[in-house]
Amino acid sequence: MAGPLTSTPSPSKAFQLKLTLTRRYRFAASHRLHSAKFSEEQNQRLYGKCSNPHGHGHNYVLEVTIAGPVDPSTGMIANLGDLDPFVRIQVLDPFDCRNLNEQVAEFRDCVPTTENVAREIFRRLQTFPSARVERVRIEETSKNSFEVADEE
Amino acid sequence: MVRVTRKVEFSAAHFYHNPNLSAEENRRIFGKCNNPQGHGHNYVLEVTVAGEPDPDTGMVLDLKELKDILEKEVMERMDHRHLNYEVPELAGQIPTCENIAAMIWRLLEPRITKGKLDRVRLYESPDLFADCTAAETVEPTPVQKEADRKAQEAGRRAWRDR
Repeated sequence: MAGPLTSTPSPSKAFQLKLTLTRRYRFAASHRLHSAKFSEEQNQRLYGKCSNPHGHGHNYVLEVTIAGPVDPSTGMIANLGDLDPFVRIQVLDPFDCRNLNEQVAEFRDCVPTTENVAREIFRRLQTFPSARVERVRIEETSKNSFEVADEE
Repeated sequence: MVRVTRKVEFSAAHFYHNPNLSAEENRRIFGKCNNPQGHGHNYVLEVTVAGEPDPDTGMVLDLKELKDILEKEVMERMDHRHLNYEVPELAGQIPTCENIAAMIWRLLEPRITKGKLDRVRLYESPDLFADCTAAETVEPTPVQKEADRKAQEAGRRAWRDR
């Protein structure tokens, strides 16, 4: 067993540590890439298989990164007991097992590419009260991922 | 500049408890993690060092050296240990992902002599990780200093009363 502590280090160094916490979530949803601005033929050429009128789906993986000071009394940037239900209410409940084009109002007139989905999720998470949501990253498949971050 | 990342895995026990809070508050804030019998994780640590490769060796740093540093500073200190009781660097702190990542940064930073420590990423599980990097601010604010002093004091008390 170790001796008396010399722990919580004095922050006198020439830099300060920056900490972030990232949590991964999952949801499954269907979408169709199709824009009313283009003709059928243009849509086909641009979006290919992704423009199939009946849509298709993905198992999305969502990474949410929060940043801010670590509260010494909890050791946390924010409590996952607050973050998890917030993400669930803002994103997972309205997106999981839904058709993004038809059932998420923001995608009525906006193509639900994963770029746009990432932006929309980032926007929905900005009101998190306990810490700054700094970054959102979505894996549409294990081969494609998309990231939106604070432009600080 | 090139970034080099080395990964190690260690298994350790912990629980979350702040002795300055009531039992009820501890349960409310920390939930299941407050179980005094503790629980454990397979932690995965990724350490990234950034620098220019040496023109003669082609290496930013010798990965063997980094491996030895990680063995000594991380594995020997934490693998198959109880983080609340056996790691003095964490005494007085809640052993969260954030605090452990910051502690590992402080241990490693002075040991890296070729290249610079760029990032410490600690996975508590595949779905939760903390990143520690150096921010550019030079002096901590008075509020941070005060919080740090209080944490240190609480740490001493917790260590004394454990």
